[in-house]
Amino acid sequence: MYNYLRRNLSLAIGLGLLLMLVLFTANGLFTIDVKDAYPLSVRPKQPPSFKYLFGTDFFGRDLYAAMVVGVWQTALIGLIAGAAGTLIGIFLGFVSAYFGGIVDAIIKFICQMLTPIPPFLIQVIIASSIDKRDVTILTMATVVFLLSWMAPTLVIRAQVLSMRERQFVDVAKLSGMNNFEIIFKEILPNLIPFIAAAFVAQVFYAVFAAFYLAVIGLGPLREPLLGNTIWAAQSQSAFFNGWWWWPMGPALAMVFILGSLALINMGLDEMANPRIRSKE
Amino acid sequence: MRWQTLEYAARSKMNGMLQIRDLSVSYYTDMGRAHALNHVNLELRSGEKLGLVGESGSGKSTMGLAMMRMIKPPGRIEGGAVTIGGTDLLSLSDKEMLKSRLSTISYIPQGAMNSLNPVLKIKRQMIDAHNAHRENRNTDTIMTLAREAITSVELGEHVLEMFPHELSGGMKQRVCIAIGILLQPQVIIADEPTSALDVVTQRQVIETLNKVQAKIGSALILIGHDMGLMAQSMDKVAVMYAGEIVEVNEVETVFNAPKHPYTQSLISSLPRLENRGKFQGIPGMAPSLYQLPDGCKFHPRCPKHFERCTSEIPLPQILEDGNYVACHLHGAS
Amino acid sequence: MLFVLKRLSFIFMVVWAASTITFFIPRISDVNPIRERFAELARLGGFAPGDLEKIVEAYNKSFGLDKPLWTQYFDYMSGVIRLDFGVSLNKFPKTVLMLIAESLPWTIGLLLVTTIFSFIIGNLMGALAAWPQSPRWVRSFSTSCILFQGIPPVLLAIFLILFFGLHLGIFPIAGAYTIGSIPELSLDFILDVIWHQIMPGMALVFGSLGTWVLSMRGMGITIQGEDYVLFAEHKGLSPMVIFRDYYLRNALLPQVTGLALALANVITSAIVVESIFGLPGVGTILINAIRANDFLVIYGIVLFLTIAVAILMALVELLYPLLDPRIKVE
Repeated sequence: MYNYLRRNLSLAIGLGLLLMLVLFTANGLFTIDVKDAYPLSVRPKQPPSFKYLFGTDFFGRDLYAAMVVGVWQTALIGLIAGAAGTLIGIFLGFVSAYFGGIVDAIIKFICQMLTPIPPFLIQVIIASSIDKRDVTILTMATVVFLLSWMAPTLVIRAQVLSMRERQFVDVAKLSGMNNFEIIFKEILPNLIPFIAAAFVAQVFYAVFAAFYLAVIGLGPLREPLLGNTIWAAQSQSAFFNGWWWWPMGPALAMVFILGSLALINMGLDEMANPRIRSKE
Repeated sequence: MRWQTLEYAARSKMNGMLQIRDLSVSYYTDMGRAHALNHVNLELRSGEKLGLVGESGSGKSTMGLAMMRMIKPPGRIEGGAVTIGGTDLLSLSDKEMLKSRLSTISYIPQGAMNSLNPVLKIKRQMIDAHNAHRENRNTDTIMTLAREAITSVELGEHVLEMFPHELSGGMKQRVCIAIGILLQPQVIIADEPTSALDVVTQRQVIETLNKVQAKIGSALILIGHDMGLMAQSMDKVAVMYAGEIVEVNEVETVFNAPKHPYTQSLISSLPRLENRGKFQGIPGMAPSLYQLPDGCKFHPRCPKHFERCTSEIPLPQILEDGNYVACHLHGAS
Repeated sequence: MLFVLKRLSFIFMVVWAASTITFFIPRISDVNPIRERFAELARLGGFAPGDLEKIVEAYNKSFGLDKPLWTQYFDYMSGVIRLDFGVSLNKFPKTVLMLIAESLPWTIGLLLVTTIFSFIIGNLMGALAAWPQSPRWVRSFSTSCILFQGIPPVLLAIFLILFFGLHLGIFPIAGAYTIGSIPELSLDFILDVIWHQIMPGMALVFGSLGTWVLSMRGMGITIQGEDYVLFAEHKGLSPMVIFRDYYLRNALLPQVTGLALALANVITSAIVVESIFGLPGVGTILINAIRANDFLVIYGIVLFLTIAVAILMALVELLYPLLDPRIKVE
């Protein structure tokens, strides 16, 4: 395992970054007062100093606390939406490929039809139709995964299709296993690498989408979600007022989060696709 | 230079247009160093047709690639010379070698299914081959050459305007031949040009090859393992084993009176109507190129080997006309 | 012909799906845009909420929101076909279409240039990264560009602003042209505009480069192993010619199909980048509408963009057979 990590740089660095983030958040959650992440807690508009590592914003938030809570909430959204999207993808992909026929045709058609529609735009509509006060972390996660399930469905479906044709399924059928058993004992284990890759991709996408929605003001406004912080900074003209630290912190954190996820994704890709691996 | 090469150079009275001396190629892999070619010598005259035969791993394809100087890492040409008309290809600069490919020596690949660029028309692929080597870019001149080439492989001129995917396998192979003869090179190497084709097309392609080669007067080296084909159309046959040429002679001699025990086993293993049902192979396996035996490389499998064969490498015994056999049975001291 | 028809009918389906979703979702929720708008006004202290319900009713009537759902749907769809998206609540009496028309040129300019740039540069770098004969530094440089893939253009925009804009003070950080100048067709003005677009352009280009480099590099590795590249070497063609005609041309083909999908992504990023830089494009209009709860503008823009993307995707797909001779168009 260690040797492999040495060769698969992107996976190694990605995991390393992720580890750093986890430590940062965990450490933060234990040391800060969560209330500080909300407005009117501390002196506003302070540049970074020893007391306020990331400074404070216009509303009186301790940005360090805001970052910690923000990273944690972003992670939550990513994981929830990612898991939901992947689960839907697995379920639909399976059903579609395994049972074939009309079911397959319908699912495939819907997926293909929805793909050209930029998910972001639909998310904007959904998010703006919800009463602003009702937007929470959970609703954001829902909005995100509602439009991301198509990709993993198609991927899993393709994999299951190729496996259905393979001989070990026929052998299993001949030996009397019923459909459920075949699914769980034979096919599923072979899909694990693809499911893992799809999951990481879904989490990446979820974090990405949540960020974008928050940045244009459609997030749960009270929460110190990283995208929200940037949006708030924008609407208070932070750049013009010289409060550079306000958007800088969340931006850096986002870069780390997305960067680590992207690297892990690339690393998993390389692991699953031996052809790219052998050329390095 | 090895003893055998010096011997060869000293005794061979043929002054062929193509002279290969002391050619050695190795592949460096995780498993060590594979000696793919060991101090190979060969000579050919213009217009002569030589069939290069041997089992897989004998080094025949490597020969072809080495002559084109297309050995890529982890392979390396360890030494030797490939002289055509007085110029040693292996000593040329990279640029000069680029110029020599196709114009001095050309290569027709095995299985041309995918050897043509799918997005370019055939004529375009001949034009760029031409322009890489000739200064005169006059369209008329080029098109005349192209038309000549395409008709000499018995394809209609309309093929020039087509794309590769519109042609059949046999047609594609013939286009590759046409490209290979476009600039009238002195040596043509055809690496198993018929392996991927059906028998009827095979015959067509070989006939075409013979025709164009006769017309241009270049030397032809046909690499393959179809002895029947060799018997039909070649002038000479060279037999390779474990990276060395063990025998080269006129085609009738090789088939009717082979001198090297390996060649003898090879010929007798060819199926004949008279002894149907009886299969005769050669016991044992070809040696690993990573660990070649001492002395004569064939001695572990040779039914006629003796003491000397296990320690001393047999020098080529020159027969007339560039032919030789490397075996202690026929050797001098 | 059949091919074209199939493509067209597909676009129709996509557009229909998008408009239907755009229609139903807001109506499923309880939120009545008009009531929200007035409630907002009340919160800001400009309005006494006494007769709110009566006003809302009146507005509902004039906007047709009291009719049965199916009638509304029919009206809506006929409006969509005519590209009539209704009127902006905020900027009354400007219609949504007018708002779009005013801001579209800015967005198209930015998007077109950045998409083309990032496609060309990204693919070239990806191709070079996989080409064994490129010098070492070219290959490591290209590979490191892949790292940009994880950074969305928005974040790049922020960093660019903070560094080049504020810290070094080189580039302007907001607006499409210097405040106070009047848009005209003079060279000065055009140069001014271009100068202002450099940072948003860079943010978008660098943000989308990574994907192209990565995918092209993968493609390049595959193409290199193809027999025709080898035969090209046997023909003694120069490395330049092989790179251009045999390697690049074949590797680029599948990338073109990717262009269609990339369009959808670029729009997403462009919207936010526009808002950060305060450029007067469609994205800013959208975001302002979100801030002001101008629902009709939101829906209108979303629908318009969806239709635009679908049409562009179809165009690219129609273009593809022209590039690849192996595809026969019936």
